[in-house]
Amino acid sequence: MGKSRTTGLPRRDFLRAAGGLGIGVLLGTRHAAVLADDHYTLPVANGERPLVRYPQKRSLIVQTSRPPQLETPFEVFDGDVLTPNDAFFVRYHLAGVPTEIDPEAFRISVGGKVDTPLTLSLADLRKLEPIEYVAVNQCSGNGRAFSAPRVAGGQLGNGAMGNAKWRGVALKTVLDLAGVQAGARQVRFDGLDGPVLPATPDFAKALDVDHAADGEVMLAYSMNGADLPLLNGYPVRLVVPGYFGTYWVKHLNEITVLDAVLDNFWMSTAYRIPDNPCACVPPGTTVKKTVPISRFPVRSFITNVKDGATVKSGRPMLVRGIAFDGGYGIREVSLSTDRGQSWRQTTLAADLGKYSFRQWQTTVSLARGARTLQVRAINTIGQSQPLETLWNPAGYMRNVVETTHVVAA
Amino acid sequence: MIRTNTRWLALAGALVAAGALASSLKIELPTEAASLKPGSGAEIAKGQCLTCHSAEYITTQPRDKPLAFWKAEVEKMKKAYGAPIPDDQVSAIADYLARSYGTGGS
Repeated sequence: MGKSRTTGLPRRDFLRAAGGLGIGVLLGTRHAAVLADDHYTLPVANGERPLVRYPQKRSLIVQTSRPPQLETPFEVFDGDVLTPNDAFFVRYHLAGVPTEIDPEAFRISVGGKVDTPLTLSLADLRKLEPIEYVAVNQCSGNGRAFSAPRVAGGQLGNGAMGNAKWRGVALKTVLDLAGVQAGARQVRFDGLDGPVLPATPDFAKALDVDHAADGEVMLAYSMNGADLPLLNGYPVRLVVPGYFGTYWVKHLNEITVLDAVLDNFWMSTAYRIPDNPCACVPPGTTVKKTVPISRFPVRSFITNVKDGATVKSGRPMLVRGIAFDGGYGIREVSLSTDRGQSWRQTTLAADLGKYSFRQWQTTVSLARGARTLQVRAINTIGQSQPLETLWNPAGYMRNVVETTHVVAA
Repeated sequence: MIRTNTRWLALAGALVAAGALASSLKIELPTEAASLKPGSGAEIAKGQCLTCHSAEYITTQPRDKPLAFWKAEVEKMKKAYGAPIPDDQVSAIADYLARSYGTGGS
């Protein structure tokens, strides 16, 4: 947890003090756990999870409660192409989660290797020229529970992703205001969340200066036309389109331009993938050389047919879903009903931009018996998805062609 | 009754926001429901592990892992995350975890 430069108080005291200035709005209830409607069973061993309503959220899959890690039930992705804010997944690393934030008192400091250090309020940010685009956020470990062999970490199904319309200010605009000095190499991002113990490394991430100033990386204050839910980073989070969620720092309040590469646990040890084109190693083996995780590989999903479902044979059946990639845009989505021997192109829906989910649909007619539906996307530079799962020890980067088993009767 | 209260709170929030009054956003996180299984070493594990995270970090892990997996996790918590676990408790915790949530202790 970085220090707050605006008040001179330790950040938690700052929050408490700031909260006392305004009229507190309490969302949620201490009895929320009682509202647990149900359970959700991920299709893996030991996959049963409670469904619980967290503040500003509908019932979501509780992976962990402290800090909160909430997964979106997969059925949500069969709805609107934009994932509703109250269904959007939540992932914290450290249990020092801010539970009260005063937007009037909130400040973002911009410092380090800059000509003019800045302290920006939300009002300041909203006066700067806004940008807006639709982008997917996805957890690095989305689908980790399907790793074979299984690996340690959050045992997520495929619901640690979401697609939203983000609005805010280009980080470049803010960096230009501050004036990045010669010799700058990376920009470090820190948010209000922090560890329980001082000995635990605070969660902070960095991007190379050129990436940070590409005009797309955003300080987002709006999500699908509303304030961000607190658990998604209210009042401002970093949006790094095409990149895994680990870089999308929540409650962003400290931006520091560095003349070195950030060397902390979260960059140098965690969130690293094998340094080879497949980001993979033989299952069960260790990795020699790693690099920081970065862009999403291509993924696609069927959203309207559940694995294990019984469907009508011999008549047209609508199959639909979503596809996305790390920012080149989806060119084609195909479906196979014969385990990958042949593929038929599907019809793509409206293009909401190269960082968005792209919806697709087609109709198939299945002969009686046990059948498989497999979906595969190709992006505009020809990248696609493997038929066999690519394994790595952290369970990152899953993008195998997903298979839905059905019985046509 | 609980649902009504929740709606009322959300409504109050919307009204305050509509009035553009200075207001802080405050949430209250649900209480934790998960706990660790009883057994030899459970109290040490609860004292050390649950300081920083809830029990689901343990209970949701795959159940097909041996003692070495759990020992590596405990050591990661100590070395990477700074958990103040005395050396002589590392084995006791790992053994409890492997016995309770893995393929067996030592």
